Amino acid sequence: MKEELFVSGRNTPNIDPFLHIWHWQIPLYLFLGGLAAGILFFASYYVITGKEKQMQYTVKWAPIIAPFALVIGLGALFLDLKHQLYFWRLYTTVRFTSPMSWGAWTLMLITPMSFIWVASYMKEMFPKWDWKFEILNKFEAWIISVRVPFAWIMMALSIILGVYTGILLSAFNARPLWNTSILGPLFLTSGLSTGLATTIWMSKNKQERIVLSRIDLILILVELFLIIHLFMGFLASSAVQTEAAALFLGGQFTVTFWVFVVILGLAFPATLEILELRGYHVPVWVPAFLILFGGLVFRFVMVEAGQITRFLY
Amino acid sequence: MRYAMAIDTAKCVGCGDCVVACQTENNVPHGYCRDWIVENVSGSYPNVQVELRSERCNHCDNAPCVRCCPTGASHIVEGGIVLVTHDECIGCGACIESCPYDARYPHPEGYVDKCTFCKHRVDKGQNPACVDVCPTHCLHFGDLDDPNSDVSKALKNRSWKVLAPEAGTKPQLYFLT
Repeated sequence: MKEELFVSGRNTPNIDPFLHIWHWQIPLYLFLGGLAAGILFFASYYVITGKEKQMQYTVKWAPIIAPFALVIGLGALFLDLKHQLYFWRLYTTVRFTSPMSWGAWTLMLITPMSFIWVASYMKEMFPKWDWKFEILNKFEAWIISVRVPFAWIMMALSIILGVYTGILLSAFNARPLWNTSILGPLFLTSGLSTGLATTIWMSKNKQERIVLSRIDLILILVELFLIIHLFMGFLASSAVQTEAAALFLGGQFTVTFWVFVVILGLAFPATLEILELRGYHVPVWVPAFLILFGGLVFRFVMVEAGQITRFLY
Repeated sequence: MRYAMAIDTAKCVGCGDCVVACQTENNVPHGYCRDWIVENVSGSYPNVQVELRSERCNHCDNAPCVRCCPTGASHIVEGGIVLVTHDECIGCGACIESCPYDARYPHPEGYVDKCTFCKHRVDKGQNPACVDVCPTHCLHFGDLDDPNSDVSKALKNRSWKVLAPEAGTKPQLYFLT
C-alpha cells in the first residue's frame, strides 16, 4: 500500500487533484488544424500532379472550409491563453525546441496562404466575381502564374501543421500518455482523413468521390494500425505508460475511445465506404460525418486523458 | 555556480512553515502555493513508514518547461535557477503540462508562476524564505560547486534521492533519506 497526502492542503485550481489546464479549446483547435491540414494537403497535391480538372471539388471548393477552420482554431487557441494581451510574444522569437513555437509560425504562414488559395479560385467558382481593385486583379494573376510552387509550399506546411498537432502533445514527457512519437503520424493521418471526409462530403462528382474514398480507406487502415501500435508500445513500456494505457483498457475512457473513436469513427465508416465502392448506395454524409465526429472525440479524449497521466514518485 | 536544495525527510515534521513563509515572502495569491508538503505513507499496519517532503520547483538542469516555452518567458539564469518573465509569458500552459512535478500554476493575473528559489534574497546572500524559517532546520540551500556550502555539506554524509529521475529532468532538489 502506498498513499500520498498533501499535508499543506495543496488544492491549486486546475492542477490538483488532476491536471486540467487545457480545456475544450485545445482539442477543438487540434481537430480544426488537422482538418485544414488535410483539406489543403489534398488540394495542393492535385494541383501539383496536374489533376485540377478531374478533382475540381478537392482543389477549388473544399479549401473554402480551410480558412474558416484555421481562424476558428486560432480563436480557440487565443481563448486558451491566460495572459492574452501578450500573445504577440509568440512572434518576437523563434524557439526551435518548442513545438508550440513551430505551430505558431506555421499557422502564421498557412492561414493567409489558405485565404489566398481560395481567393485565386473565386473567379472560377463564381464567374461573376469581381475584385473591384486593379491591384487585387494583378495579385490574383501573379498567384495563378505561380500556383504550382505555391502548392508545393502549402503541401509542405500542411504536413508540418498536421504532424505538429500531435507533436504538440508528444513533446511533454511529463504526461506519459502523450509521450510517444507515434502521436505525430497518428494525428497527421487522422487530420488527413478528416480533411478528406469533408472533401468527399462537399464533392458532387461521383468519380472524384470514388478516388477520394479509396485514399480515405487506406488512411483509416493506417490509423487503425497506428492505434494498435500505440497500445502495443504502451503495454511494453514502463509502469507510467502501462497505467496510461489502462485508462483505455478498462479505465474511464474505454467506452468513449473504443466505441466512439475506433468503432463509430473509423471501423464503421470504413465499412460503409467499402460497401459504397462495391456499388451499394450509402448517403455520402453518413461516413463523412462519422469520420469527423470520431476525429473530434479522439482529440478530446487524448487531451483529457493525457492530463490525468503522470509520473509516479 | 549551481544552486540546489537538500531536504532532510528524517527531520521534517510537516509543520507547513515553509509554505506560509513562501506565501508571505512572495505575495502568493490566496489559494495557491509555490511550495507544499507531501506526506508519503507506505506499507501496511503495523509496518508503516511515513516520509515527509517539502516540495517545490526542482530547478532542473534539463528543464522541460524551458524547452517547451514558445516565447522564451521560461528561462534559466546563472546558478541554474528557472524563472518566468511575466510580461513575456502568454499563459499557454505548455510549461505546466511539461512539468513532471506539477510545480507551476497559472497566476490569477494570467502569467505562470512558480518557486524562484527566492532569487531576490539569494542575490543579497540570504537563504530562500522557506529555508530560514524552518524550525527543524531540515532545509539546506546553497551552491553545489562550493564544498563548504550548507547544501554540499548536507549531501556529503547522507544518502539522498531525487524525484522521478527517470523523467530525465536532472532535478536539483535532493531529499535526504
